Amino acid sequence: MPRITVTVDGITYEEEVEPRLLLVHLLRDRLGKTGTPVGCDTGNCGACTVMLDGKSVKSCSVLAAQADECDVVTIEGLGRAGELHPMQQAFHAEHALQCGYCTPGMIMAAIDLLRDTPDPSDEAIREGLEGNLCRCTGYSNIVRAVRRGAREMSGETPAPATGGEVRTS
Amino acid sequence: MIPATFDYIRPASLDEACHVLRDAGDSGDDVKVLAGGQSLLPLLRLRLAYPSALVDLGRLPGLRGVEDRGDHVFIGALTTHDEVLRSPVVREHVPLVAMATATVADPAVRHRGTFGGSLAHADPAGDLPAVALALDCVFIARSAEGEREIPAAEFFTDYLETALRPGEVLIGVRAPKLGADWGFHYEKFTRTAQAWAIVGVAAAVRSEGGDIAEARIGLTNMGPTPLRAQVAEEALRGLGVAHGNGGGPAPGSAPGSAPDGARDPVRDACGQAAEGASPPSDLHARPDYRAHLARVLTYRAVRAASA
Ligand SMILES: Cc1cc2nc3c(=O)[nH]c(=O)nc-3n(C[C@H](O)[C@H](O)[C@H](O)COP(=O)(O)OP(=O)(O)OC[C@H]3O[C@@H](n4cnc5c(N)ncnc54)[C@H](O)[C@@H]3O)c2cc1C
Ligand code: FES
Ligand code: FES
Repeated sequence: MPRITVTVDGITYEEEVEPRLLLVHLLRDRLGKTGTPVGCDTGNCGACTVMLDGKSVKSCSVLAAQADECDVVTIEGLGRAGELHPMQQAFHAEHALQCGYCTPGMIMAAIDLLRDTPDPSDEAIREGLEGNLCRCTGYSNIVRAVRRGAREMSGETPAPATGGEVRTS
Repeated sequence: MIPATFDYIRPASLDEACHVLRDAGDSGDDVKVLAGGQSLLPLLRLRLAYPSALVDLGRLPGLRGVEDRGDHVFIGALTTHDEVLRSPVVREHVPLVAMATATVADPAVRHRGTFGGSLAHADPAGDLPAVALALDCVFIARSAEGEREIPAAEFFTDYLETALRPGEVLIGVRAPKLGADWGFHYEKFTRTAQAWAIVGVAAAVRSEGGDIAEARIGLTNMGPTPLRAQVAEEALRGLGVAHGNGGGPAPGSAPGSAPDGARDPVRDACGQAAEGASPPSDLHARPDYRAHLARVLTYRAVRAASA
C-alpha cells in the first residue's frame, strides 16, 4: 500500500492508503475532517473543494496517493480558535447559506478566486464559483457574500449586511 | 461510489513509465495512465472502468509546460488547463487554444485536468480536440519502442478512441504558429454554466485583402469524433468578408440574407457546416438541432475570426 505524508490544516500525517482511497475519504474517514462533504459522484458539485498546494481542487477527484507530500487546507483550517475567517464571516453576515451543504466548497472556491482577482466583479464571482452548485440559495446572497468577504480580506471595513435580515443569537 | 481496487504506480521517469506500460501490456493487464484524473477518477467512481493498475504521470518532470519553439508551440501533455491559460506564449501564438481552454469546466477542474489528458481521452464533447484538428497540431507519442508523430487528422479514431497504441504515452503536442494574417475564434453553445458543449466550433481564418483565403473549422460534439467541416471550409475559400456586419440578419429574415437584404455568401457557406457530420442525440439536443447549431455557430465563429 502506498505510504503518504500529507499536511492537512497545518498538521502533518503519515498514512498508509489503499490506492483507491479518495482524498475526500482520507480527510473525512481517516482524519475526521468532516467539514468537507461529498455531494456527487461526477466531479460536478464542488461541495468537496479544498486547497491542494494553494489551489482549489475537488477532493473527490484526487486520490489520497496523489496528495503525497502536499499541503491541504480544508474549511476547518481557515479560522482560528473561536474566530471565523473573513469569508466565513461574510457568508454568515449575508445569509449566503440555507442547508449549508455547499458552503464549505463555496468558501474554498471563493478564497481561490481572490488569489488572482482580489476585487472581483459579480460576473467574475459567478465564473469563479462555476464549479460549485447550490440547490438552496439561488446564488444571489452567495455573490454578495463573496464581494463582502473580498472587501474584508483586502482590509476595508465591512459595510452593513445587505442581504435581508440577519439574526444573531 | 468507491472505485474498485487497482494498483497504483508512480514511475520516476518517462522511460520507467513506458516500460511499466509495456510489461503490463505483455502480461495482458489493463493498465491505465493517470494524468489529472478529472475524467478518469469520475469514471472509476461510477464504476464504468476497472483498470488493474494506474500509472500516475502527474509528477514526471519534462512533460509539463509550454515552450516557444520558433515555428510552433510545444505544449507538454501534463500541462494543466490552468497553466495553459496562464501561458503568455499560448495567448500570443496559439490564442485558439487559450479561447477554448477558458471554456473548459471550472477553476478547480482546470487546476488538475491536463491538456494531454483532454486529447487522449478523446471525448467528442471536449473542447480541445476540435481545436487541435483546426490547427493541424502534431501529437507526439512515446513508448518503450521509441517516439512517433501522429497528425491531428489521424489521432481521433472513434468515440473515446485514439491512434495511441497500448503502451504509448502522449508526451505533448506541437501547435503550429499561424501568421498575423490568421484570426481565431472558439464558439461554444451550452445550456448552463460549467457545462460541456452541446456543439462547439473552432475557427481559424486566414484573410487576404478582405477575402477569406483559407478557413479551418473544427467541430465539437457533432459525431463520435471531433470533425473538420470540410465542405464549409471549401465553400468559404475566396469569399469576401466585407459583406454583412457579423450581427446576422434581422430576426425572421431569410437564411443567407445579410442585414441590408442582399445574400451573404459567407452565411451560405457556413450553412454547409454540418455536411457529413453524424451528430449524437441526447437529452440536450437532437441531431437536427445540433446540425442547426453547427451552421449558426460556424457563421458566428468565422465572422469573429475574420473580423
Ligand atoms: C465537472 C467537469 C466538467 C468538465 N467540463 C469540461 C468541458 O466543458 N470541456 C472539456 O473539454 N472538458 C471538460 N471536462 C474534462 C476535463 O477537461 C479533463 O481535464 C480532461 O478530460 C481529462 O484530463 P485529465 O488530465 O484529467 O485526464 P485523466 O482523467 O487523468 O485521463 C483521461 C484519459 O486519458 C488518458 N490519458 C491521460 N493523459 C494521457 C497521456 N499523457 N497519454 C496517454 N493517455 C493519457 C487516461 O488513461 C484516461 O483514459 C470536465 C471535467 C469535469 C470533472
Ligand atoms: S463531491 Fe466532489 S465535486 Fe461533487
Ligand atoms: S445552501 Fe443548500 S446547497 Fe447551498
